[in-house]
Amino acid sequence: MTSAPAKAAPAPTPRKPIQPGRIVMYALLVVAALFFLVPVYLLFATALKSPGAINLATTWHWPAALNWASFSEAWDKIGGNMLNSLFLAVVATLLSAVLGSLNGYALSKWKFRGANTLFALMLFGMFIPYQAVLIPLFQFIKSIGLYGSIWGLILAHVVYGIPITTLIFRNFYADVPDALVEAATIDGAGFWSIYRLVIFPISIPGFVVVIIWQFTQVWNEFLFAATLTNTTSQPVTYALSQLAGGQAVSWNLPMAGAILAALPTLLVYILLGRYFVRGLLAGSVKG
Amino acid sequence: MKGLSKDRLWSMAVLAPSIILIAVFVYGFIARSVYVSMTDWGNDPAQALALDPIIRWVGLANYQELFSGFLQGRFRQELINTVFFTIFFILGCLGLGLGLALILDRNPKGEGLWRTIFLFPMSLSFIVTGTIWRWMLQPKGGLNQVPTLFGAPPSTFGWLSSNDAILKFDWNKLPLLTAGVVGVVMIVMAVRAARSGDRTRMGVAAVCAAILFVWALLIGPNVKMLPAPELHGFNLALIGIIIAAVWQMSGYTMALYLAGLRGIPEELREAAKVDGAGDLGLYRHVIFPLLAPISLSAMIVLGHISLKIFDLVYAMAGPDNIATSVPALNMYLTSFRQNQFSLGAAIGTILLILVAFVIVPYLASQFKQEDGHA
Repeated sequence: MTSAPAKAAPAPTPRKPIQPGRIVMYALLVVAALFFLVPVYLLFATALKSPGAINLATTWHWPAALNWASFSEAWDKIGGNMLNSLFLAVVATLLSAVLGSLNGYALSKWKFRGANTLFALMLFGMFIPYQAVLIPLFQFIKSIGLYGSIWGLILAHVVYGIPITTLIFRNFYADVPDALVEAATIDGAGFWSIYRLVIFPISIPGFVVVIIWQFTQVWNEFLFAATLTNTTSQPVTYALSQLAGGQAVSWNLPMAGAILAALPTLLVYILLGRYFVRGLLAGSVKG
Repeated sequence: MKGLSKDRLWSMAVLAPSIILIAVFVYGFIARSVYVSMTDWGNDPAQALALDPIIRWVGLANYQELFSGFLQGRFRQELINTVFFTIFFILGCLGLGLGLALILDRNPKGEGLWRTIFLFPMSLSFIVTGTIWRWMLQPKGGLNQVPTLFGAPPSTFGWLSSNDAILKFDWNKLPLLTAGVVGVVMIVMAVRAARSGDRTRMGVAAVCAAILFVWALLIGPNVKMLPAPELHGFNLALIGIIIAAVWQMSGYTMALYLAGLRGIPEELREAAKVDGAGDLGLYRHVIFPLLAPISLSAMIVLGHISLKIFDLVYAMAGPDNIATSVPALNMYLTSFRQNQFSLGAAIGTILLILVAFVIVPYLASQFKQEDGHA
């Protein structure tokens, strides 16, 4: 598991005269922060306008009267899809996490010949463009009668989530000393009791990382959402793209919809950012 | 050690479902897609959605159609779009991410807050990002209105609607250009191999370069993929999408670089300073070389994301904006809107090949290293 090694906070420095270098540094930080935050300002400024007040020439003005009704209107259009997404993301995430934990345990603590090759072959599945499997996937989901059902989407997300969840747990368990497992073996514990008594109790951080990562991925996904569902089961990403794609809609609605659709993952990120970053790094660097 | 074999069986049993699922859903479905791409399924609309369609084997005809068919100019422009998009997207993310990480590494006050600001777009969906930026880049609003805040006339750049392109070239020249570029890379590799004394590698690279150049001189100029010249270039409408993508993903490279910078031991920096290295020297000779492997993995991860990107384009420019389209989007439309499954499968396969070029060497090297340590 690679995580940003926490650096000890620098010792409080004695008060120094302000250096020009520090001023430049803060100026650069402010400019960069503007780049990231200006779209957010515009997002809220537009969402809170009433349709009549949206005018290209006054795009940047803060609304004179706040129109909170945009949110309830947007909820009417995509609220059902948000509940679809919630069900989809929770179920798919839990299933993925359990599978990933067991796989990671088996691959890191019960190494067998060819385990690494097998793992590499698995990991390839996390990088493929899903367009390369989309047509057979669509046919398969349809043939087992799950087309248009959220369960078909859950199946796709769980299967294609196996590589990343296995990767995160495998690297997480690699840091657990083998001596712990050996000691338990000598005490007569088998595969399952070692998992239950030794591995699972220390897995909480791993589960947090995986659950946050998988939840964000599934909530934000679009390709499967657009291909495998119909109107009753469409997740929020698809509904939002339809809401924003229509030309007749006034812009406060898609903007309010974007805020609603972003809220769950944004909250997760703000509350549990540390674990979010760990998942981010685990996806690219191996420990 | 008794009971070990039973436990091993359990570990296999636990892995078995995942192995089977991956074998079917990844490898089986890829094989099936490749097969579909070599048939004519969907080329005849009447057969596309038939319960029991008549499907004929056509070999590589779909690929030939994509690269040289009269109707598939859109796909060729999309390939070029993807290449330019990938280059500028990676450069943008690496540059901005490195810059932000270097600043944050100097311990500004409120570091956590800055980091949160730079990283939050990572938690958003490309659809949300696309919706926001589509509004930012409206022809008569958003960014184009910014100059009016300073009393200047509004800008008129057609962020997502521009039809202008730069760096145009004729598609017929593509084999020639490719041969030239690969040839130059081969020469560089040969020179580097010669320097490190690897004679076999030098020989192989030099021979490859020679073959490519001879081909480019004698045969290449006469190769014609299309009867008439077809110009493709870097569409300016892509710039806005690249900016939005960098907005979303540069926090990721920042996090990677910051983790790398925090991993450089303080003693190393001190030692360099004792040796008389200034700030610049410290970065050039100590820090940047240590960050090089991070740049490489970031390039690989961003590269494969960029090749697969399609939701951002869909949300920002819509599905029918040819100037900004990418193969990943075309695959979806061709297969699920026009029901031309075989053509769609061919595009998907081409995408897979592009991604595999990036990913397979990466995975192979990662696991070689690991085996070396074991």
